[in-house]
Amino acid sequence: MELIKNPNLDFMGKRMYAFIFSGALSLLGLFAVFAIANGKANLGVDFAGGTAVQIKFTQGVPLHDVRLALEKGGLKDFDLQDLPSENKVLIRVKKQEEKLGGFTEMITQILAQSFADKKPVVDSTTEIGPKVGSRLKEDALWAVLYAIIGILAYIAFRFKFRFGVGATIATFHDVLAVLAVFFVMGKEINLILLSALLTIAGYSLTDTVVVFDRVRENLKKYLREPVEAVVNRSINEVLSRTIVTSLTVFLSALALFLFGGEVIHDFAFAMLIGVIIGTYSSVFVASPVVILLGKKDIRAKK
Amino acid sequence: MNTKVLSRVILIAATVVLASVFFLPNTPVFQQMPEWWKKNMPDKGIVLGLDLQGGLHLVFEVEGEKAVEIATERMAAALGSEFEKKKLQASVKREGLSIVITPATPEVRKVVEETFPVLALADNKGALQGRISDKESQRIKDTATDQVLEVIRNRIDQFGVAEPVIHRQADNEIVVQLPGVKDPKRAVDIIGKTALLEFKIVDDESPLAAELPAAVLQGEEQKLLDKFGGRLIEGDQVLFQRIVNKETGVVTKRPVLLKKETLLTGAELTEARVAIDQRFNEPHVSIVFNSHGAKIFEDITGKNVKKRLAIILDDNVYSAPVIQEKISGGNAQITGSFSMDEAKDLAIVLRAGSLPAPVKTLQNVTVGPSLGRDSIEAGKLAGLVGTLLVVIFMIVYYRLSGVIADFALVLNIVLLIGAMAALNATLTLPGIAGIILAVGMAVDSNVLMFERMREEVRAGKTPRSAVEGGYKKAFWTIFDSHVTTLITAAVLFQFGTGPIKGFAVTLSLGVAINLFTALIGTKTVFDILHANKDVKRLSI
Repeated sequence: MELIKNPNLDFMGKRMYAFIFSGALSLLGLFAVFAIANGKANLGVDFAGGTAVQIKFTQGVPLHDVRLALEKGGLKDFDLQDLPSENKVLIRVKKQEEKLGGFTEMITQILAQSFADKKPVVDSTTEIGPKVGSRLKEDALWAVLYAIIGILAYIAFRFKFRFGVGATIATFHDVLAVLAVFFVMGKEINLILLSALLTIAGYSLTDTVVVFDRVRENLKKYLREPVEAVVNRSINEVLSRTIVTSLTVFLSALALFLFGGEVIHDFAFAMLIGVIIGTYSSVFVASPVVILLGKKDIRAKK
Repeated sequence: MNTKVLSRVILIAATVVLASVFFLPNTPVFQQMPEWWKKNMPDKGIVLGLDLQGGLHLVFEVEGEKAVEIATERMAAALGSEFEKKKLQASVKREGLSIVITPATPEVRKVVEETFPVLALADNKGALQGRISDKESQRIKDTATDQVLEVIRNRIDQFGVAEPVIHRQADNEIVVQLPGVKDPKRAVDIIGKTALLEFKIVDDESPLAAELPAAVLQGEEQKLLDKFGGRLIEGDQVLFQRIVNKETGVVTKRPVLLKKETLLTGAELTEARVAIDQRFNEPHVSIVFNSHGAKIFEDITGKNVKKRLAIILDDNVYSAPVIQEKISGGNAQITGSFSMDEAKDLAIVLRAGSLPAPVKTLQNVTVGPSLGRDSIEAGKLAGLVGTLLVVIFMIVYYRLSGVIADFALVLNIVLLIGAMAALNATLTLPGIAGIILAVGMAVDSNVLMFERMREEVRAGKTPRSAVEGGYKKAFWTIFDSHVTTLITAAVLFQFGTGPIKGFAVTLSLGVAINLFTALIGTKTVFDILHANKDVKRLSI
């Protein structure tokens, strides 16, 4: 079976549209980064500091009732989120407390009293002091940076430097795009998302490397063709494997998304978007950037 | 089958057997194995992370400044008695982290320098100001962190947790992981309590003692201190005793006026255990001092008959009984309307000793056992569905070659699990996600090869040379893409905390093993298929 027989699509001709689309997406992603740095985004407790308590009830409890009970009990500045299928409620207090543990105790006591008939049980609690939160946030930015520098160095070592730049920009683009989607959807930005982003950074390169490999090979083979045409030909030649490799990872991420449970849900969601965007970027971002950086001596030996 | 292919078949079979041996402890089969097997073969397997088995992850910060302050206080006291001994007229006072000595005469200076060379001295308006040198402060903080770690380890051992992980992190932080703890709050309390036990004399002679109210509401302690604090004579302090009204449950605080000087501390204890009071049937903690402590206790009680002796834990008065007579033998009791658990926990912390510096909780992540179980079940289901989807897709798309890729995929999963068991790696929920993603990525290598093979076939090559060409040409592409994934996994490992580290481990192992299964595993199958007869068509 084959997905597409001998494709011959003009990817390079469409690159202006791609640049506009990707540029907008990346800008949004950058905006999200600044929002995160300033604490404006929906940061998880692990980055923002604070307390998160997940409570499981024996029956469903209307979110509104939980809110009223907590407010009556004197808890302020909290967010609620529910998982109705599991009879669970997640309570987050992003305020810092001098001594950790107070909010957790308060929340569990209030709910134990107000919903005694529905037997609330503490599923998980997370208390992060301000010091750890800001350190994790800082470490996270460094981690993304280190990963990208490592990748740039490796690709530059294996290919020409400008390929390294192309791959790195494509990777940055993917990470920013997924971040942008999470930011716009108001989803929580936390450590789990960060690990998804780094995985996407590593994975999106797979497709890029496949394309670059073929570009390099074809540049030597089709000496008379203009560079754009060679790049376009290469992308077409490897198009089906680009799609198939992404598809297999997409399928496993889909299984994770549908059946992997609540804790991993957002991680799987990020992977799903990441795989799609990574595939797109290896075709529409990585190679065009390489050409943009100059066609001179691109055929010269590395 | 030629020897080259045969040796590869043996290699693959050996790795599978090895993987099974390492993974066996995670299956019920291990219990059925004969004794010699259990004794000599790997018995640990994969360890479940805290997020899967439930438990507690705590990070404490040791407040080293406090330890330096205590050391400074001790030096100030020692200097005072040194001057007395040498008959020098000098006053010593501690102000924060410095000791102020007046007058700053050369003789005084000489005594200070000889007694504590670690003090950095400076003249300040006729007074001598001493501070513990930076190097020495650092050493004190460092030692304090080590001691805190030891005390915490002791307490956890006595509390009884299977396989706790306790280690130092950064300069002054301690990480504690307690798998499967049922009552996390109690564990946190036991670990984080400073547990400084002190004995001080109640100052009932001061006129202020009569003016203090019998009790104030909880939360109003500071107000009271503000009101009376200015009138405290030097050497006195006010601490509070917690009083619970047994009928109404209302908590009030009774102020107690004390002489500041600590006469005896919990450092002189040899034993602390829970006992039940015969009269009130209430649990209390009975303590025994060592011989030195017993001697001091005898002295104190002998000199202060009819006065009250306050028993103070972490600046909270527990009780303040009147001393009826001199007590020798070194036995004492701490009462204070405890519940049984409270009394037990107090005995634990007293036995394990006090923390040389207070700790502050920086991070506390607790996962209940049911959430962990749900996560494992969900992970299993997602893994099964994900694998099936990929397996079916590969067969539909590549037919017989797809079957071969699926064989490599299963081999990949088996070896990955085996490798994790061999390393006693910790499996976390993100780790399960890593395995499932590795499944998706595992077949990628085969996709790259198969697509190459298709090109070779199209170019008119024979099946056999198409396979050879496909492998050779795809190799570096596969290698490059794997290395980039490994780079990010390495960063994740370096940076991440528990669960994410687990993810990095499974991801990188998965990718590394994939090189083996995709290159050696599938190649061997192709070789076997093409060895005997001349295959006309490649099923791809």
